[in-house]
Amino acid sequence: MLDLIVIGGGPAGLAAACSAHEHGLKNILIIERGAELGGILNQCIHNGFGLHIFKEELTGPEYAARFIEKLKGTGISVMTNTMVLKITPEKQVHIVNPSQGYRILHAKALLLAMGCRERTRGALCIPGERPAGILTAGAAQRYVNIEGFLPGKRVVILGSGDIGLIMARRMTLEGAKVLACVEIMPYSSGLNRNIVQCLRDFDIPLYLSHTVTDIKGRRRLERVIISKVDKELKAIPGTEIEFECDTLLLSVGLIPENELSAEAGIEIDWKTNGLIVYDNMETSVPGIFAAGNVVHVHDLADFVTEESMRAGACAAEYVQNGERAGETVKTVKGFGIGSLVPHKIRKEASKGKIEFYFRVNESFKNRSVIIESNNFTLARFKRKVMVPGEMERVTLDRACIPESGEITVKIENEDGGNEND
Amino acid sequence: MFDVVIIGCGVVGAAAAYELSKYGISAAVLEKENDVASGTSKANSGIIHAGYDPEPGTLMAKLNVRGAYLAGELCRKLDVPYKQIGSLVLAFDERDMASVRQLYERGRTNGVKDLELLDAEQVRLIEPNACKSVCGALFAADAAIICPWEYTLALAETAVKNGVKLYLNSPVRSISPLPSGGYRLFSDGAYWDTRFILNAAGVHADDIHNMAAEPEFSITPVRGEYFLMDKCESKRAAHILFGVPGEFGKGVLVAPTVHGNLIVGPGTEPVDDKENTGTTYGGLDYVKQTALKAVPSIDFHRCIRNFSGLRAVSDTDDFIVRENAGAKGFIDIAGIKSPGLSAAPAIAEMAVELLQSSGLKLERKERIVDSRKRIRFKGLSPDEKNELIMRNPAYGNVICRCETVTEGEILDALSGPIPPQSIDGVKRRTGSGLGRCQGGFCGPKILSIIAREKKQEPVEILQDKAGTFVLTDETKTGGSHA
Repeated sequence: MLDLIVIGGGPAGLAAACSAHEHGLKNILIIERGAELGGILNQCIHNGFGLHIFKEELTGPEYAARFIEKLKGTGISVMTNTMVLKITPEKQVHIVNPSQGYRILHAKALLLAMGCRERTRGALCIPGERPAGILTAGAAQRYVNIEGFLPGKRVVILGSGDIGLIMARRMTLEGAKVLACVEIMPYSSGLNRNIVQCLRDFDIPLYLSHTVTDIKGRRRLERVIISKVDKELKAIPGTEIEFECDTLLLSVGLIPENELSAEAGIEIDWKTNGLIVYDNMETSVPGIFAAGNVVHVHDLADFVTEESMRAGACAAEYVQNGERAGETVKTVKGFGIGSLVPHKIRKEASKGKIEFYFRVNESFKNRSVIIESNNFTLARFKRKVMVPGEMERVTLDRACIPESGEITVKIENEDGGNEND
Repeated sequence: MFDVVIIGCGVVGAAAAYELSKYGISAAVLEKENDVASGTSKANSGIIHAGYDPEPGTLMAKLNVRGAYLAGELCRKLDVPYKQIGSLVLAFDERDMASVRQLYERGRTNGVKDLELLDAEQVRLIEPNACKSVCGALFAADAAIICPWEYTLALAETAVKNGVKLYLNSPVRSISPLPSGGYRLFSDGAYWDTRFILNAAGVHADDIHNMAAEPEFSITPVRGEYFLMDKCESKRAAHILFGVPGEFGKGVLVAPTVHGNLIVGPGTEPVDDKENTGTTYGGLDYVKQTALKAVPSIDFHRCIRNFSGLRAVSDTDDFIVRENAGAKGFIDIAGIKSPGLSAAPAIAEMAVELLQSSGLKLERKERIVDSRKRIRFKGLSPDEKNELIMRNPAYGNVICRCETVTEGEILDALSGPIPPQSIDGVKRRTGSGLGRCQGGFCGPKILSIIAREKKQEPVEILQDKAGTFVLTDETKTGGSHA
C-alpha cells in the first residue's frame, strides 16, 4: 500500500508531495491528468512567480520546474496522462490511463490538489446570442501560450480576475486590440500589480460597476453591449455602451474542482465550492488532506506552495502517528469577512502557529482584523488597506485558542481613528 | 432522379428518412446547416409526452400517443438515451385541480394508459421538493426523458447506413416543377431532381411550401428560453414537473435530463426572426420565477448554460401533415410544435402513407440495418473499461473530464456515418463539453483532435455552424511551429 497519493501535479500537488517526503514519507505517488507536471503553471508564461518562496521572479513553467527538479532522487512516483475517476473515504483512488487501463489504487492517506476551474457564461446567465468567440480567459491562455493561436483580434474582457488581466496584456502583445475590461463590482477582483502592469500600462480602460448585458452575433461574435449597474448590481437602462468585437473573454471567478470530493462524501462549503478543512488541512474524512485552490482560491502560486507544504507535512504526520483526536473549535466569519480558512481547529492536532487565510467582502482602509472568542479579543492586527481581490493572512499562537467553542475573525466596525494614512 | 427528397434534417426529417430507408427506393435529405438536429431538435425540453395535452381528435393527439409508443422501442434499438420517469402536472389550487381533471379525461379519450390523479399527500411522497402548497397532480407513468439530438442523429445515421443520401450545408433556395413530373430543388451551386418532396423544414416550412405553391399556412417561431443546471441540482425533481397548461401551451417545466442535469424552461415568446435563438434577461427571469413557484429549492447559481429554441407554430392550431393542394407529390409536414419530438416517428409513418397514396410504390427491402450501438465509456464496468483500453489505448485517454468522454469515443464519432463538422458536432455525438465547464478544458483538445484527424488547420475548425470559427490567427511565433 502507498503512504500517500497526491491527486493533481500542479503547484499544490508538487509542493505537498515534496514536503511529505521531507517529513519522512517514502511511498508517495502523484497523479496528474496532463502530459506533464506543473498543471496550469505550464500556460502561465508571464513572470511574477516565486517572489515569496525563491526571492526571485520566475515564469510559471520555471516555477514548476523548481519543484519537478526537487522530485528527482526522492523516489516519489509520478503518473501523468492519468485521470482520477473516483475516490472513496477508504482512500481508494480509481484511475484510468492509456497504458495501464482502469486501476484502483490504495493509500494510507490522500492529498487532494485538483485546483479549480473557471466560471463560464452559463453560470452568469449573460443573455444574448451564442456565437463563437466567447471563452474563458484560461482557455484563451491555453490557445495562445500552448497551442500558438489567437482566439480573436478585437477583445472585450468581462471580469477583472487575474487571468483576465494577464490575458489583456498577452493578447495586446500578440497584436490584438483589447477594447475594455469590464467589472461588475466597484473594485477590481485582481491584484493591484496586474491592474497597473496589464491594463494601465497598455491604456486599456477598466469599467468598474459595469457588466455585459447583451451579446450580438449569429456565427462569430460581432458586438458586446455593457451597462452600468446600481448598488444591487442591476443594469441601469440608458447607460449602454456598445463595443464592436470578435472576442469576449470571461474572467469572472474560479470554482474549486470538488466533484470527486463531493462524490466521496467529503464536506464542502457550498457557497465557495471549497473543501472544509481543519487547521492541519485535513478534510472531514480522516486521512484525506487538501491544499491549494481546491480548498480556496489563492492569488499567488507562492501562497499555494506554502499552504501545500504545510498540508504535506500534516499528511506525513497522519501516516506516521495516526489520527490526532482533539476538541474541535469552529471558526466563524464575522463582519467584513467573505471567506475564511481553516473552518475548524483541533488545538492538539498540530504544532506551531495557526494561519488564518481570509478575504474581506468589501474594501477597508485603516481597520484592524480582530480574532475573538466569547467576546474576548485574542488578537488584533492593523491593516492599512484590505480589498476583496487580495487574500489576507494572520497567524495566531496555538496557546491562544480556547479549548472548545468558536473563534470569530472579523473586521473592526469603525475606523481605527488614531492612524493617519 | 430521387424518388423522395426530404427537406430538413431535424427529428421529423430524420424519422421520415429512417422510415423510408426500410424500402427499396432512392431518397435524400437536404439540410441547410452543417449537421443534423441543428434547429428546434437540439434546443427543446427533451421530453416524450404521454399524450394527455392535445385536444382529442387533433392530429397532435393521435400522433403524440402513437409516437410516444414507438419512441421507447426505437431508442432501445438505436441506443438513444431514454428514461421513462413519468410526469406530473402539478395543481396549486382548486382551479388548477379542475384543469388537471380535465387533462385526465382528455388523456383517457386520447388513449393514454397509466394516468392517475394524485392528492397532495401522494404528490409530496413521490416529489418531496415540489412546493408545499401543491394540492394534487396528474401522474402519467409513460412520459419519458430523451436526448433529442442523439435521437435525431440515430435516426439519420441509420437511414444513411441503409442508403439514404444526406446533403449537409444545402439550403433549398428554390423549387421548380419538372415538365415530366416531379421537382428540381436548387441550392447554392447544386440541384437535385425528385419525384416526391417531404417538406420537414421546421420554422421554414412555410417558406419552402411557398416555393412550390400558393401560401396556405404561415409559421411563427415561438421562442422558449431554458436553464440547464449542474448535476448537483438534478435531485430537485424525480419526474417531469409541469404546471397546468396556460394560454401558450404547456408552460415552464422542471425535469431531470438523461445526462443527469436538471432542465428548466421554456418560456413562450413569439418572435419575428426565424434564426433568433438568443436569450433575454426578461425571458430568463420569467422562466426562473415560474419554476421557483413549483420547486422553490432550485439553486439558479448552479446554472451551467442558457439556451433558447424556436418552436414552429402554425396558424392552424394543429400539425399539418398533408399533400400540398397545389403541388402533387409535395407533402408538407409543418407546424410541428410540441409534442413534435414525441410524435416524430408517427409523423414519419403518416408521411410514408401519404407518399403511397400519392403514387409512390414502396416495397420493403429484404435486409436493413435496424440497430445502432456506440461506446459510452463512462457507463462501463471496470472490467469492460480495461478490455476496451487494452484493445485501443485511446479509450484510456479522458478528454472531457466533466462528462468522462475519452479520445476513443471522439475518434469513433469522427469516423461515424455522419461525421461531425465542428466541436459542437462532437459534443452532440459524444457528450463532450456538455458538463459544468462547458468545454473550457476540453474545447482546445477537441479542436486539435478534429484538426489532426481531418487534416485541417486549427484556424479552420468550427465551434458549431458554418462561420463559427474558434481561432482567428496564429500567434507571432506561430501555432504550426509550436
